[in-house]
Amino acid sequence: MSEQTRQVPVPTGRSARPAHRELARALPWLLPTLTLILTIVLFPAAYMVWTSSRDVSQAGVDRGPAGLDNYRALLQLPALGRVFGNTVIWVAGVVLVTLLVSLALAQFLNHAFPGRRLVRLAVIVPWAASVVMTSTVFYYALDPFYGIFNQFLVDLGILDAGFGFTRRPVPAFVVSMLVAVFVSLPFTTYTILAGLQMVSDDVIEAARMDGAGAGRIYRTIVLPILRPAIAVAVLINIINVFNSLPILRTMTGSIPGYDADTTTTLIFKYIQQDRQVDLASALSVVNFLIVLAVIGIYLAALRPMRDE
Amino acid sequence: MAAARRSTRRGRRRWLKAAAGALVALVFLAPYLVMLIGSFKRHAEILRIPPTYLPTQWIPSNYATMWSTPETPLPYNLVSTLIISFCGTLLVLAVALPAAYYTAKHRFPGRGVFLLLVLATQMLQPTVLAPGLFRQFLAVGIDDTWLAMILVNAAFNLSFAVWIMHSFFAGLPKEIDEAAMMDGASKLQTLRRVTLPLVWPGIVTAIIFTFVACWNEFAASLVILTTAENQPLSVAITKFVGQYDSAWHYVFAVSIVSIVPVVILFALVEKRLVAGLTAGAVK
Repeated sequence: MSEQTRQVPVPTGRSARPAHRELARALPWLLPTLTLILTIVLFPAAYMVWTSSRDVSQAGVDRGPAGLDNYRALLQLPALGRVFGNTVIWVAGVVLVTLLVSLALAQFLNHAFPGRRLVRLAVIVPWAASVVMTSTVFYYALDPFYGIFNQFLVDLGILDAGFGFTRRPVPAFVVSMLVAVFVSLPFTTYTILAGLQMVSDDVIEAARMDGAGAGRIYRTIVLPILRPAIAVAVLINIINVFNSLPILRTMTGSIPGYDADTTTTLIFKYIQQDRQVDLASALSVVNFLIVLAVIGIYLAALRPMRDE
Repeated sequence: MAAARRSTRRGRRRWLKAAAGALVALVFLAPYLVMLIGSFKRHAEILRIPPTYLPTQWIPSNYATMWSTPETPLPYNLVSTLIISFCGTLLVLAVALPAAYYTAKHRFPGRGVFLLLVLATQMLQPTVLAPGLFRQFLAVGIDDTWLAMILVNAAFNLSFAVWIMHSFFAGLPKEIDEAAMMDGASKLQTLRRVTLPLVWPGIVTAIIFTFVACWNEFAASLVILTTAENQPLSVAITKFVGQYDSAWHYVFAVSIVSIVPVVILFALVEKRLVAGLTAGAVK
């Protein structure tokens, strides 16, 4: 959409009405949206930035200005390095693996075969289901003692005995990433599937006649057409995966310490367990700056939206 | 002969693809099958070591007894989810539709800024803003209310709804409106008879997306709704999971009840979903 926005012709001279009159005519249509954004998005954002510079007691009482003390306290946190590392691995790993699997899956679902509609429906289910509920069933099924997936792996002979996937930080973090990929696949696959509808069979057929192999056709014809779809899917995935709370909270929440936390789950531990809203606010501000930086780097480095 | 052999090879490949498709479907459905089967087990059996794949005794009454447990007031949680989702979706529609229509059909100063502002809210998710929202609602005195959650759900789903409906309105050729007007249709008639049917898929996509997002919202509810009666199903099921004893059979029965309607909703619009995403995401 940002591209569309940029290409809108500036209405100079085209209209005889003065600019402020046109704006006044537009305002009633936009006012509800503006009000909602101002009161529920922008105001709390500003309030949060302000809270991050205050000393707030655990009961919620504002005890006066704190300058940058909350940010300083954050930097002194011993777990911070690990949490930042986890965040990078979490976002990069989940988004990349999701994209690769979705590209293959969308390609497959674009072929006609008996029962395709049912398979497409099955692929949608994790999108329809609540992420908390999906994570919870994985947590149960991976239990070392009564978990069904563990038992299945034992019965297949892959494991000798149930493995505590969710009991220690590193394996719990890895299986959480797999669950995150699992719940991100439907949206990504469908977006790419939608993009594939733009690829005309005639062009593919012509390229094949000219002797191009399947790999070359995919690289030179299909991928460029998919580019806008991939750009949108990756962008939305980066934002969603970065902000994801329920998966890690469910799968690693019972593990003490911060070894399996990302910055987002740490914010909620500060609010809920430690009742430190001031520190949580500071971390949230940092978190948002990181999202902005990641998106900025993604847009600048890969230029997914550039015109050919 | 050669042609016949080629066609059987193609037929065999079709069925190979169908088999691969069945495998894909199984992988995607596996956790939900575990849920469904688990919801019919007895409490003792679902904690049995080693576990059973199928219940030795099927207990459909879990779906009846789950409504009155000490862990969470489930009937209230269902009502809460329904009210928050329906009102949130209605509010999004009421707010986003005029904005999407006007920005697609008219040029005015500040239009680009407005659309960018809407897009920017996509980046600010309730998880990031949770501390701010929590403090704000506390200050205004609507913390722990449905109203707060309806507003939060509406605000954070607005961006996608405006975006997708905007691209549908923008995709309408101007000539269609003009032709209808020439034929003597009034502005309202044109909107109802010509424009709305054409943008209907976009509106449906926006409604479904918003509704599902509201239905499954978790992070903001967790912080803002503190009374058990006010909490939605997504928060309520976590109450069944304890450190020493978990009522997994109830977790799964509630999950099935919560997931099935949404899956049916998605199934009804599956075909439109691809069209909606094509218009919204790819254009």
